[in-house]
Amino acid sequence: MAEKPQTSANFSSVPVILLLSLFSLPLLVMYAYLFIDTISDTEVGSLIPSEFTLRHWSFLWETKTGKPNIWLVTLNTFIFASCITGVILTVASMAGYVLSRLNVPARGFFLAGVMVLHAFPSVTLIIAIFIVLQWIGLYNSLIGVILVKAAIDLPLGIWLMKGFYDTVPWEIEMAGTVDGASRFTVWRRLVLPQIKPAMMALGLFSFLTGWSEFILPQVLAPGAKVQVLSVYLASLIIDDNNFDFGTFKAVGVFYVVPVLILYVFFQKHLMNIYGGGTKG
Amino acid sequence: MRILLDKFSKSFGSTKVIEDMELEVGSGEMLALLGPSGCGKSTTLFAVCGIHRPTSGRILFGDRDVTNLPSQERNVGVVFQSYALYPHMTVEENIGFPLMVKRVAAADIKKQVADIAALVHIADLLGRRPAQLSGGQQQRVALARALIRRPDVLLLDEPLANLDAKLRLEMRSEIRRLQKETGITAILVTHDQVEAMSMCDRIAIMKSGEIVQIATPSQMYNDPRTSFVASFLGNPPISFLKGRAEQGAFVLGENGLRLPLSALSGIPDGTSVSLGVRPEHFGTTGGIPIDGKVVFAETQGRENLYDVVLPDGSVLRSIQPVRDDVKMGDSVRWNLDSASAFVFAEDGRRL
Ligand SMILES: Nc1ncnc2c1ncn2[C@@H]1O[C@H](COP(=O)(O)OP(=O)(O)OP(=O)(O)O)[C@@H](O)[C@H]1O
Ligand SMILES: [Mg+2]
Repeated sequence: MAEKPQTSANFSSVPVILLLSLFSLPLLVMYAYLFIDTISDTEVGSLIPSEFTLRHWSFLWETKTGKPNIWLVTLNTFIFASCITGVILTVASMAGYVLSRLNVPARGFFLAGVMVLHAFPSVTLIIAIFIVLQWIGLYNSLIGVILVKAAIDLPLGIWLMKGFYDTVPWEIEMAGTVDGASRFTVWRRLVLPQIKPAMMALGLFSFLTGWSEFILPQVLAPGAKVQVLSVYLASLIIDDNNFDFGTFKAVGVFYVVPVLILYVFFQKHLMNIYGGGTKG
Repeated sequence: MRILLDKFSKSFGSTKVIEDMELEVGSGEMLALLGPSGCGKSTTLFAVCGIHRPTSGRILFGDRDVTNLPSQERNVGVVFQSYALYPHMTVEENIGFPLMVKRVAAADIKKQVADIAALVHIADLLGRRPAQLSGGQQQRVALARALIRRPDVLLLDEPLANLDAKLRLEMRSEIRRLQKETGITAILVTHDQVEAMSMCDRIAIMKSGEIVQIATPSQMYNDPRTSFVASFLGNPPISFLKGRAEQGAFVLGENGLRLPLSALSGIPDGTSVSLGVRPEHFGTTGGIPIDGKVVFAETQGRENLYDVVLPDGSVLRSIQPVRDDVKMGDSVRWNLDSASAFVFAEDGRRL
C-alpha cells in the first residue's frame, strides 16, 4: 500500500535526497560521459568535448576488418537470449509443477538435486562442457551454447516456479478435476494462469541473463558467425592494434539499450510479481 | 442417485482417519455429515468425489462401483469450503468451465450458463471476476458451477461457513430449494447443528472417524443414542448432571435430589450415570421441583436463558419466555420434566 511520502514522512526528505545525490554523483557523471564520449571527440587531458562526431558509431553501417557484422552479432544475441528464455520457461513451468504437485518417485532427491545444481559454480564445468560439445559436434554453434546456458540457469528457474506453484491453492485443482478436466487441462487452464506474473518475471530475467552472458559464448562459441554482443565487445578491448575507446563505448551503449527498453516496458510486470496469485 | 459407502476406510500413511464406515444416502435425499473439527467429514466427502482413493472398501453410485473411477468420470458437483472459484476467469467462464472441458459448443454453454445463473439469482453478475463478488455471491457461483453438469451427486463442504448470520439463513433455504428443485442427491458437511437440522432429511453424526448415529433431525433430537449426540444437537446445548442409580431412581449428591426414572429400572444400585436435561425441559412447568441459584441470565429477545447452580455445584440450563422477575443471584425453585430427560451410562451410552 504505497502512501505518498509527503503525508507519511515525519522528517524532511531534502537532506536524504541531497546525501544520496552526492553519493551517486560519480556514477551519474560516468554514465553521462559514457554517452557523451560516443558522439564527440575530446582533446587528451581535457574534460570538455571539443567536437561532435558520429565516427564512433560507424560500426553500425560499416563492418570493421576482422570483425563480424554488428547486425549479425545482434541477431545472434537475440536468438541466444530468446531461445534460452523459451527453453527455461517451458521446462521450468512444467518441472516446477511436477515437483510442487505430483507424487513422483524420488521427489525429495530431485528437489535436493536442483538445489545443489543451483549452488554449483558453473564455471568449474566449462572445460568438461567444452570437450563434450566438441565431441558431439556442437562446439561453435548457437544451439550448443544455448543448451548449456539454459541448463545452467534451469535449476534456479525450476526452484522459483515450484515456489510459486506451492502458493496456488489445492482446492482450485480439486475443483478442476471434479469439474471433469484432465490433469493437463487443469495445469494449462487453471494453474498456469495463476502464476503468470511469475512466468513474466522469470522470462524477463532469463532474457536479461542471456543477453549479458559472456563466459559461455566466449569459450564455447567464439566463431565470427555465432558471435554475440558481449564477445564482440570484449574483442574490441583485446584488439591492441587499432584500439578505439570511443567505439568501445558506443558498442557498450548499443548493447545496453535493449535492456533499458525491456525494463521500461515490463517493469509493471516485474512489480506485479508479488501482487499476482489468488485472493480469498 | 443412491450413494453407498461399504466398509469404507481411509488412512493417510499410518494415521487412520476413517475405519469401516457404512453409509447410505437415498436417491434425492439430502444428508448432513455433522461432527466436530477433524473427525473426517471432509475426508469422507473427498472420497465420494474421487479426490482421495479409499484405503479399502467400496463406494457405489446407484449400482455402479465407482471406487476406482477418477473424479473426472464420476459426475459429481462439489462446493468447496473456500468456494475454489477460478480467480482469472469471469463468473460466466467459471460456471461454464465444466461444460467447456466436455467440449460443448460455445453457444450451448452460454445458454446453459444463463439458465443456471437465473436459477441461483446471479444473472446480472456474469461479467465479473470472483474477486469482485461478495461472499454470498461467490457461494452462488460455486453452486452454479457444481450444478451445471447436472451431476448425479452434489457435495457441499461447509458451504455457509464464510457467510454472515443473515446471509447464512438466506442461503440455507436457497440451497435446500435448489436441491429439491433439481431432485439431486446431496451430502452436506457441516459442524453447525442448526444448519444440519434445518436443511437436511437425515443427519449422520460423526466422531473421530465413526458414524455415531444416523437419523432424521427430530428423531436425533428426541432420541439421541449417546451423550455425544445429545450434546451436539440443540442450541442452547443440553446440560448434564452426574449422579448414581439407586432403586430405579437417579440420585444427585449425598442426600440431594431423587428422580424416579423408568429408564433406570434394572440398573444395579450405585452405578454412575449422568442425566441430560435440555434447557426447555427445566423451567416453570414439569414434575420435579429443584432448588438452585441463578448465576447467569441472558436475554435473547424472545426468550431468556438462565444458568442455575444446584446445591451440589452442578449447573442446569433453562430457557423460558421473556420474564423480568428473575435476576442473577436469585434463588429459584424450578421444575424438571423428568420424562423428557435422558439417562446416559458412564461411557456415554443412552440407557
Ligand atoms: N492429507 C492428509 N494427511 C494426513 N492427515 C490428514 C490429511 N488430511 C486429513 N488428515 C487428518 O484426517 C483427519 C480428518 O480430517 P478432515 O479434513 O476430514 O476433518 P474434518 O472433519 O473435515 O474437519 P473440519 O471440520 O475442521 O474441516 C484430521 O485429523 C486430519 O489431521
Ligand atoms: Mg473439513
